Amino acid sequence: MDRRESLKSLLVGSVAGGLVINGCTPAEKQEEVIVKKPVGYGRTAKEKLHDERLRMEQLFAEGELETIAILCDIILPATADFGSATEAGVPEFIEFMAKDIPRHQVPLKGGLMWLDSQSNERFNLDFRSCSPEQQLMVIDEIAYPDKAPDHLKHGVVFFSLMRNLTLTGYYTTEMGIKELGYVGNQPNVWDGVPQEVLDEHNLSYDPEWISRCVDQSKRMDIAQWDEEGNLIT
Amino acid sequence: MFDPTNDAHRTQLRWPWESPRRGASTVRAFGDFDSAYGGWEIDGEPYTRKNGTEFDWFRSRMVGGRTNHWGRISLRFGPRDFKRKDIDGLGSNWPIGYEDVAPYYDKVDKLIGIFGTKENFPNEPNGYFLPPPKPRLHELYYIDAARKAKIPAIPSRLSILTKKINNERGVCFYCRQCSRGCMVHADFSAGTCLIFPTQKAGKSIKIFTNAMVREVITNDEGKATGVSYINKQDRKEYSIRAKIVVLAASACSTARILLNSKSSRFSNGLGNGSGLIGKYLHDSTGASRSAIVPAMFNRKTYNEDGVGGMHVYTPWWLDNKKLDFPRGYHLEVWGGMGMPSYGFGFNVSDLNEQFGGTVGGYGTKLREDVKKYYGAVMGISGRGESVPQLDNYCEIDPELVDEYGIPVLRFHYKWTDYERAQAKHMHNTFEQIFEAMGAQPLGEKPGKDQDYGLLAPGRIIHEVGTTRMGDDPTKSVVNRYQQLHEVDNLFVVDGGPFVSQADKNPTWTILALAWRTSDYIIDQLNKQNI
Repeated sequence: MDRRESLKSLLVGSVAGGLVINGCTPAEKQEEVIVKKPVGYGRTAKEKLHDERLRMEQLFAEGELETIAILCDIILPATADFGSATEAGVPEFIEFMAKDIPRHQVPLKGGLMWLDSQSNERFNLDFRSCSPEQQLMVIDEIAYPDKAPDHLKHGVVFFSLMRNLTLTGYYTTEMGIKELGYVGNQPNVWDGVPQEVLDEHNLSYDPEWISRCVDQSKRMDIAQWDEEGNLIT
Repeated sequence: MFDPTNDAHRTQLRWPWESPRRGASTVRAFGDFDSAYGGWEIDGEPYTRKNGTEFDWFRSRMVGGRTNHWGRISLRFGPRDFKRKDIDGLGSNWPIGYEDVAPYYDKVDKLIGIFGTKENFPNEPNGYFLPPPKPRLHELYYIDAARKAKIPAIPSRLSILTKKINNERGVCFYCRQCSRGCMVHADFSAGTCLIFPTQKAGKSIKIFTNAMVREVITNDEGKATGVSYINKQDRKEYSIRAKIVVLAASACSTARILLNSKSSRFSNGLGNGSGLIGKYLHDSTGASRSAIVPAMFNRKTYNEDGVGGMHVYTPWWLDNKKLDFPRGYHLEVWGGMGMPSYGFGFNVSDLNEQFGGTVGGYGTKLREDVKKYYGAVMGISGRGESVPQLDNYCEIDPELVDEYGIPVLRFHYKWTDYERAQAKHMHNTFEQIFEAMGAQPLGEKPGKDQDYGLLAPGRIIHEVGTTRMGDDPTKSVVNRYQQLHEVDNLFVVDGGPFVSQADKNPTWTILALAWRTSDYIIDQLNKQNI
């Protein structure tokens, strides 16, 4: 099936999926696909059931989720341009991942308890009941692996896990990807590194190499070869 | 039936947030968006390993099998690859040579499509190539560094359509997601390029899905008369009668079917008079290293997805006579500003220890760390040729069956010092190139205690050799047309007949040999020989 045809059939076949084809540039004969409202993402029946089962379970108690949310936003607070980790739905992601990868459960649940015992010791309060200043006093001691004293290593390991999950959770959302500047995952006609980037890196394309690369203006011409295997279209 | 154009199956152009696990590999071995329904471990389909040896067996349970997610690296074997024993005295030669397979490689190139360049290298044959894509930024760094280290770098050879080859299939739209299955059929998978077009052309083919073949049935004369299979849905056994049986179940599954096809005439398994079915199992070797390229810190972002794989690679370039291992390897290059998925950002600030800045911490500085290192990591993987061993094999486990009641495979596999020495050399090469690039290798270089980073057999998913080809029926299972010596209407067209697996990915050779066998079957039918 030709791309144009298959994209059309995608459109017709998935009105609920909200696929929209934008106008094509005739010169390049290319279209754009925008996936608006995904319905499923190519799961088998067994996989759907498995995911549904995980979603139905509740692993963290309400209080634990509150603490997770506080930690997420200490790790990635909002900036002028981008939202915080909780605004990107990271606590829900962590809840899911801890069920999906069960070996995370004890370190996370236990780490939350460890954090409460630390703050109880210092402030006679659960971590989430502490003031933001008090919370940071606890976190500052476990956030820097190089500087943390040996007796706080358990906290360092826990906070590092939280930092990893928060960063991965955030940068795999629409907001995070926008901030990162990843602009792929869409139909396009790749034609090499932009010239200003080459210049910035003091690199250039070897003319001999590039002369054999694809001429994108001929990509829609059906390939034909001579008897020696030289492309003639 | 899996079809990437079907929106219910499609994972191409999905975003990480569409997966609740953001693409993590908890459910599918290569991540949630990969189009392999299967993996190294499949519920209800166990296998075992003998004497504490290692082998990991990857299977895809779907139409088109493992061709749905493979790397599309499509390298022809060269003349030397068919005659290794002549060169180093180890193993066996193939009974056929490059000249026998070349016309079929040509046909495969034209039917399926492959990009690459004519380089006139003696053991990297030219073909009918589509033009390759231009190198990405990290690939330009790689080319420069390789040249400095006197290592060749050339455009890669992948079965992806950078240009139209017919009116049925689309052209690559550069999303780097071949492993997800292509909705415009711009890369090769058996479903999209062979099965669906045949159906569409109105040719009469019947496909039985969810059918686990248990054995090949034979009659009193020892001819194959069909297969028996378990329907996975109703869990009942059925049989299909056939004039000719062609097995393409993947090397180990084919061996399993033949070994399980026992009868009074074939007490040792069907066509196994040589006792070699399952023997000489071998996979490609593999080792990898990644590095960080300070020149690529804080990159300007732009779309550099490109095709689903590398645009540049290095074919084997040295003379083994001057080295302490007998067989070569090629180098694959990876990196760039890819789409984030589960694991992105893990331990990102640890890199500050080497490149300045605070390790750990929280807040806005983490956002800066992430952007500083994004797209600055690249890596090289070596994929090499191993020396096939009689003592590396799969056989029927004497006790265990799978959930369909079919006796399962038991593996016995050990790498030799040839492969270990090769992996050690790979790691030296990686460092040589990284140094020439001004890149900082990540992690520790694996030493002798870790087999120099050599991956476990089965991990490269190039396992072949279990029904080896030869002229002598006492030393091989199939003849030069992949016909069983002992059963003339039974053929094997997967990796089983490989006498030796070059440092090339096996797919293109499997396809060429399958076409050659098909021509032979037609010829033999016309002559009423089978």
